[in-house]
This record gives sequence, C-alpha cells and structure tokens, in this order.
Amino acid sequence: MKENGILARIRRSEGASGLTIISPTAVYSILLLAAPLVTVLLFSVLTSENGHILWDFSLANYQKVFTHPVYRAVMSRSLTVSFLVTLATVILAYPLAYYISFHVAANRKSMWLFLVTLPFWTSYIIRVSLWRVILGYNGVIDSALMDLGLIGAPLNILSHGVLAIVITLAHAYAPFAILPIFVSLEKVDRALLEAGQDLGESKLRTFWRVTLPLSMPGVIAAVLIVFIPTVGDYVTPELIGGGKVPMIANMIESQLLKQRDQALGSALSVTVMGIVAVVSIIFLLLNRRFLKGQK
Amino acid sequence: MKSPSLRIYAIAYLVFLYAPIILLPLFAFNDSKVVQFPLKGFTLEWFQQMASDAQLGIAVKNSLIIALSSSILSTTLGIFAARASTRFTFPAKGAIMGLIMLPMVLPEIIVAMSLLIVLLSIGVKLSLFTIILGHVLICTPFASAILTSAFQSLDKSLEEAAYDLGETPMSTFRLIVLPLVMPGIISAFLICFTISIDEFIIANFLGSGEAILSVYIFGQFRFPAKVPSMLALGTILVLISICLLTIAAYFRRRGIAKTGGKDTGGFL
Repeated sequence: MKENGILARIRRSEGASGLTIISPTAVYSILLLAAPLVTVLLFSVLTSENGHILWDFSLANYQKVFTHPVYRAVMSRSLTVSFLVTLATVILAYPLAYYISFHVAANRKSMWLFLVTLPFWTSYIIRVSLWRVILGYNGVIDSALMDLGLIGAPLNILSHGVLAIVITLAHAYAPFAILPIFVSLEKVDRALLEAGQDLGESKLRTFWRVTLPLSMPGVIAAVLIVFIPTVGDYVTPELIGGGKVPMIANMIESQLLKQRDQALGSALSVTVMGIVAVVSIIFLLLNRRFLKGQK
Repeated sequence: MKSPSLRIYAIAYLVFLYAPIILLPLFAFNDSKVVQFPLKGFTLEWFQQMASDAQLGIAVKNSLIIALSSSILSTTLGIFAARASTRFTFPAKGAIMGLIMLPMVLPEIIVAMSLLIVLLSIGVKLSLFTIILGHVLICTPFASAILTSAFQSLDKSLEEAAYDLGETPMSTFRLIVLPLVMPGIISAFLICFTISIDEFIIANFLGSGEAILSVYIFGQFRFPAKVPSMLALGTILVLISICLLTIAAYFRRRGIAKTGGKDTGGFL
C-alpha cells in the first residue's frame, strides 16, 4: 500500500500533471519533428548511392557543400538575396511602424494594424504569382507606364531575377517586420522624448539618440523573422526567377528528389539550419548588448 | 498628424501592400486574355471558366479535407500545450515548449524535407494523410501561441472557487476553463485553417500528386492562358479570407472583453 501511496502522490504532483497534459503535443513533435531532424543530421554524414543510404561515415558531403563552385554560388546567392530582402523590408517597415506608433490616435491603431496584416492572409502563392504578372514583360507595370507615355520600351523587371525576387519578398514579409518594430516603439517611454527635447536636443537628435536605440530589440526581432523564412524560400525563386536563379531550398529539393542523393541533400539542409542558427545567435547577442545599454 | 511627409509615406506603403490585391478583381473581370493595361471591358468569362474546371473542384475538396483535419488536430494539440505551459511547471518545460514552437523559426523546406526523408525510408505511402501530418506540425505552434495568451488571461481564482464548490478537475475544465478560452480556441482554429489552406511546400512534397489548391494554383500560373481564371479564383479566396479574419478578430476581442482585459491593439 505504501508504494501505491507514492505512485498516487507522483501522479498528483504538479510536474507529473504538467507532463501528462503536454504529452500528446510533445510526443507528436518528438516523432514528427525531432526524429526527422536527427535523421537528417545522421544522413548528412553518411554516403548515398542510387537513392539508398549506406552506413559509411564520411564528411565528403560537407566538403562538397563548402567547396564545390555550384553549391557555393547558390549558397552565397541565397544569403545575398536574404540579406537584401531583410534590409529592404526592415528599412521600409520602420517609418510605417513609427507612424502608427507615434502619429496615429490610440483608438485607431488597431485598425491600422489590421489594415497592414490583412493582405497577408490571402494566398501566398497567388500574391507571389501576381508579382510575376505585375513585373513581367509587357505586364502591369510595363503596360501602365507605356500607356502613360512614361517609358518607351518595356522595363521587364522580371528579367532581373534578383531584383524581382527582392521586391516580391519585401512585399511578402512586410507585416512580419512592421509588427515587432511597432511593439517595441509602443514601449518607448514618451517622457524620455520630452526630457530629451527639454534638454535642448532637436527632434531628429532625440530620435537618433533615444527612440532608435530603444526600439532596436524590435528591429532585431524583425530582422530574424524576415531572414529565417527567406533563406529557405522555395516558391519565389521558382515562380519569379523561373528556376534560373535557384536558392538553397530549390537545391535541397533537387538533390533529394531529382538526384536522389539523400546524403548531400541532408548536408545542405543541415548547413541551412547552421546558417539560420549562426545568424540568430549573432542578432540575439546584439540584442543583449542593446538591452544592456539601456540600464 | 503633425508630419505630413510620414503620413504620405504610410499611405504610399499601404498602396504597395494592397497593389496585388487590388489588381486581382480588376483583371478577374477584365475582358482580355493578357493581364495588362489598358483594361478592355467587363466579363464574367473567367469566373465561368473557373467554375467549370473539374480539376479545381477536386483540389478544393482535398484542400478542405486537409485544412479541416489539420486545424482540428493542431488546435487540440495546442490546447494541451497551452494548458500545460500556463498552469504547471514540469521538468524539461523549456526544451519541450521549444521543440513544439520550433517549426515557427525553421525554414519550412527543412521541416518538409526531413519529414519526407523519414516517411520514405520507413515506407509510408504519400497521401492526403501525410500532408495533414506535416500541416499539424507547422500549425500547432501558432495554435499554441494564440491559446497560451488565452489561457494566461484566465483568472486562477475562478478554478479554485469551482474546486471549493466540489467540482472535479475535469468538470472544472469543462464548465469554467473551456467556455472562457472558447474565443481563443475559435481564433486558433481559424488561423490554422488559413495557414493550412495557403501552405504550399508541404502540400507539394508530402502529397502523391493529388490536386491540392495551392499546388494547383502554382501549376496553373505557368500557363499564361490560365492566368485570368486564376485571378478570378484569387478574388474569391481573398473575399473568403477577409471574412474568416474578421470573424477571428471579433472572437479574439470578445475573448479579451470576457476575461476583463484591455485590447492592446495587436492583431494576432
């Protein structure tokens, strides 16, 4: 009976109840997320032959990923595009977040945020495809500008692969940058701004020395939220770049499914995860520095 | 309101955000096979073409099956996660919650490909079911996040009062907790549904070639002749998501009002 008592106590303890309640979700994530990720990690250091995995340890896949010119080119293109997209999105988003936070009446802020997020709950595929129609040869922009007599020949922005991808993605991820910046701007103590101006700082300098540093955590969050999905974006290079400017995601897909080289595909996947992790850590450290500076 | 240049910028930015959405109905009703200015005249031809597309009907049916199943499953899993993380402390809490939320910060292609490798190597045949498995994985973090904030705003003393009045934990959950977090559950369900309907990568790689809405649209945009009828479809989809989101926002606000909080203005 004593054992029973202990069991019952364990069952009643807070830790056990918590674990019991979370177990369905936890088990699902372990089976369908953790296990596959571990498998990819394992496959990346094995060898594959004709679509089968051989239990043959080697680092050749990683060597190939980092030295082969094709993979290096694709990887540096992915990083360049992601950095450009992140830069464009965050710089464009900041003034809007600032406007909503500082210049919109409190009771209308939530309407503005609703307006900003609304277009992004419509089909991602359709939005991306629309940019193809908008930017394409004799598309919406070309025909509208020629109609107005502003340009003589079609611009065909779509043919400039990287530019078209940056425009499309800067549009696609706009709200993900606006929202965190807005949240951090809302937290800025307005009394500090008045204090700055009372002490003789100009408005611009107050912004530069008070508002901007205080909103940095939001900017850093925005950078991460935009950077992570764009590094692994598959649809935009495929639809906008027409497959001519593949990024890492397209490369992973072609290795795993078309070449059936699971080991190399896994190594590419792990490399992407590594890049995402390194960039995240750098920005989180930066964030900590900014938070420290505030004390 | 004091700085007109910022206001002009804000409006220009909104125009940029809404440009593709505004073009949708404009060209969906335009009487021309090519999508370019000037507009040619009004037609319903593209909507008719879309309505008579049998393949599209199958795609919509399959997508609805996937979206309904995955939103029900991920909302349920989200309730477990949110309840456990807001009410209890337990060993490895951070690690478990981190794993559950991981798909939010992982490029989707990685989630899809790693799952695909495992499914193929243990010999699972790809079908609508495997897509549902993947969608539940990426929807659950969103459901958990929304539900966590719903559970957090619960007043713990209400539950204690129910216990004191002799209710069991189960009946307390059913009679007190569930009705109070219901708005959160509904908005989590709607968000998951929207994510699942919209999702492309998992639907494309974990399916076995059945027509699925997002994959079908992706394929059709490659044929210029099909573009106008896809714009007609897009117009309808935009209307549907605006309706769903307005409902979700309404329930979210009602939830905040019910638990006595103040709307901080953030959507989602």
